[in-house]
Amino acid sequence: MMEELSLHILDLVQNSVSAGAKNIHIIIEEDSKKDVLSIEVIDDGKGMDKETLEKAQSPFFSSKLDRRVGLGIPLLKQSAIHCDGEFRMESVPGEGTRIKAIFRSSHIDLPPMGDLENTFFTIITTIPHVNFYIKYNKDGKIFEIDTLKIKELLGGVPLTHPEVLGFLKKYIHENLKKMMEVKHEA
Amino acid sequence: MKLEDLRRIREKAEREMKLREGKARIKIIVGMGTSGIAAGAREVLKVFLEEVEKRNLKDVIVTQTGEKGLASHEPVVEIHEEDKPIIVYGNVTPELVRRIVAEHIVNSNPVSDYVIEVRE
Repeated sequence: MMEELSLHILDLVQNSVSAGAKNIHIIIEEDSKKDVLSIEVIDDGKGMDKETLEKAQSPFFSSKLDRRVGLGIPLLKQSAIHCDGEFRMESVPGEGTRIKAIFRSSHIDLPPMGDLENTFFTIITTIPHVNFYIKYNKDGKIFEIDTLKIKELLGGVPLTHPEVLGFLKKYIHENLKKMMEVKHEA
Repeated sequence: MKLEDLRRIREKAEREMKLREGKARIKIIVGMGTSGIAAGAREVLKVFLEEVEKRNLKDVIVTQTGEKGLASHEPVVEIHEEDKPIIVYGNVTPELVRRIVAEHIVNSNPVSDYVIEVRE
C-alpha cells in the first residue's frame, strides 16, 4: 500500500497538520556504521490522550474511531518492527506528538526511501500556514531546510508563486543530490 | 544555489503583485489522506506545482487537505473558483492534471468526463 518511506513521511505530516500543528520537525538519520535508519516527526498539534494514542497505532481502530488518523501509522509501526527496529509514539494533550520509527538499514525488507525530494517539495509549498524544519543526516552529511527562514526572505510573496516553486524545487534537488554524492572522505 | 537568492525573486514578485493586487483566482486542493497518498496523490500534487511554474500561473494556489475524499475515487482534487461551484475530480493521474490545467484552469472548460461532484 505504501511502499516508500517518503510516502510515510507525507502521511505523518498530514496527521500533524490535521491535529492543528503550526510547527513540524522532520528528522531523518542514517548511520551506516550503526546500521540504523530513523524517521522522526515532531509536532505542536493538539496531541492525544493515552487511549487515542493506542488506537492510532492499532490497525483495527484508527480509521473508524478517529477519522483524522488513517492506517498509515499502524503500517509504519509494523514495517519498523519487522525490520528489527522499533516504533515510538508519544503525545501530550495540548502540547503535541512525537513519532519515531527506527529500522535496521541492512534489513532485506527495509522499504526504499523513494522520492524524498518530491515529499519535501510538496510539503513545504502546499501547507504554507505550517512552519517546517527538515533535517536529513546521512552519515554526517546534512541536508537542512527551514521554511520560517524561507518565509522571512519572501515577505508576502506566497510559496506557490511560480518562480518560488521553480527555485525551491531546484534548491531541494541540488542540495539533496550534493549530499548523496559524497560517499567517502579521505 | 543560495536561499538568499529568494530575495531577488521577492522584489520582482512584489512589484508585479502591486499591479494586480495579488489575489488568487483559483485554489486547487489535493486530497492527501492516507488513501489519497497510497493512490498517487503526491505525484498529482507535484505535477500541479510544475504546471503552475511552467505556465507562470500567478493567480493560482495549490494546497492540500487530509480530509478523506471519496475513497474509491482517490486521488481526488477540488477546484475552487470565485463565484463558481466547486468542481471535484476523481481518479486523477498526472496526465489528467495537465488536462485540468490546460482546459479548466487556463480555458475555463472543466474536463467533464472526470468530474465526480459539483458543489454549490
